[in-house]
Amino acid sequence: MTAHALALRIPYLSAMTIVQTEPATHSALILGGRSFRSRLMVGTGKYRNNDDMVRAIEASGAEIVTVAVRRVDLDRSSDASILHHLSPSQYFLLANTAGCYSADEAIRYARLAREAGFNEFVKLEVIGDRETLLPDTEGLITAARQLVAEGFKVLAYTNDDLITALRLEDAGCAAVMPLASPIGSGLGLLNPYGIRTIKRRLSVPVIVDAGVGTASDACLTMEQGVDGILMNTALAEARDPVAMASAMRLAIEAGRLAFLAGRMPRREVAMPSTPDAGMLE
Amino acid sequence: MTELEIMVNGEPRRLAAPATASDLLHHLGLDPRTVVVEVNRKIVRRPQLGDTPLSHGDAVELVHFVGGG
Repeated sequence: MTAHALALRIPYLSAMTIVQTEPATHSALILGGRSFRSRLMVGTGKYRNNDDMVRAIEASGAEIVTVAVRRVDLDRSSDASILHHLSPSQYFLLANTAGCYSADEAIRYARLAREAGFNEFVKLEVIGDRETLLPDTEGLITAARQLVAEGFKVLAYTNDDLITALRLEDAGCAAVMPLASPIGSGLGLLNPYGIRTIKRRLSVPVIVDAGVGTASDACLTMEQGVDGILMNTALAEARDPVAMASAMRLAIEAGRLAFLAGRMPRREVAMPSTPDAGMLE
Repeated sequence: MTELEIMVNGEPRRLAAPATASDLLHHLGLDPRTVVVEVNRKIVRRPQLGDTPLSHGDAVELVHFVGGG
């Protein structure tokens, strides 16, 4: 059964009435001077087919959708551009510099992406290691400075290190995007303290990018107080990407709402919920 | 008729001369609205495609958006 069909049978899944009565969750996410309703951003890679991708993105409620810049395959008869499946008028296309291993290479890709003519935003990646895909933080900061100087709105994919995040903010990034765990790993939020610290110390939005595997990971991540999450593999590799996209949408709303609600303190001992007073002798 | 040999996305290609970047896209059946053109590492803006002559030995890159995270 699809998530949509499930939602029709269980009205509370589709109605979202609880969330709609809480205006705080609907405060807009402001990124680079633009306002977005959804705090979930999704990638477009690795789906089994384009139909799954389009339906999953729709179910996710995401407005920001990432794309990559690659050579046109001249041997293919059909034009494989993702723009045949995703309308730039329906989604905000955020180009990435995935696969770039130096500042110069990432800058080149960012310029090509901007020339495609949709917007001045770029999800900046400068990768430092092929096995872990962890960022080359030095190259990242160099590229961020250059791209900001050229008028880009830079959203920088980085690790969970506070100092790098501060440097990226100082370089003028519109958002800093620390990982939950390595790209495509699905290991979830490995360093909640690191992510909370980055969120607490930065003024620009903090969007967790990479590593979220399932809905509980997304919810726990949002409960740290971050501004949003970008994910790809968790949807693309789910058995049912459309259902997982719905789950992620709900998890992000739930996590955001729980963060705003403020959790109870953790205690090492029990505290009865029922009064002791009035017990029979 | 003279021909030029250029590199397109790393592969040698022959093209009837004279040719512009716009002619190359047309020759390859590509829609200029979805492709970004770089000649010798310099981006050619869309309105200039027809005014950008290609020369023997030019390295052309044709890129577009694909799926990615």
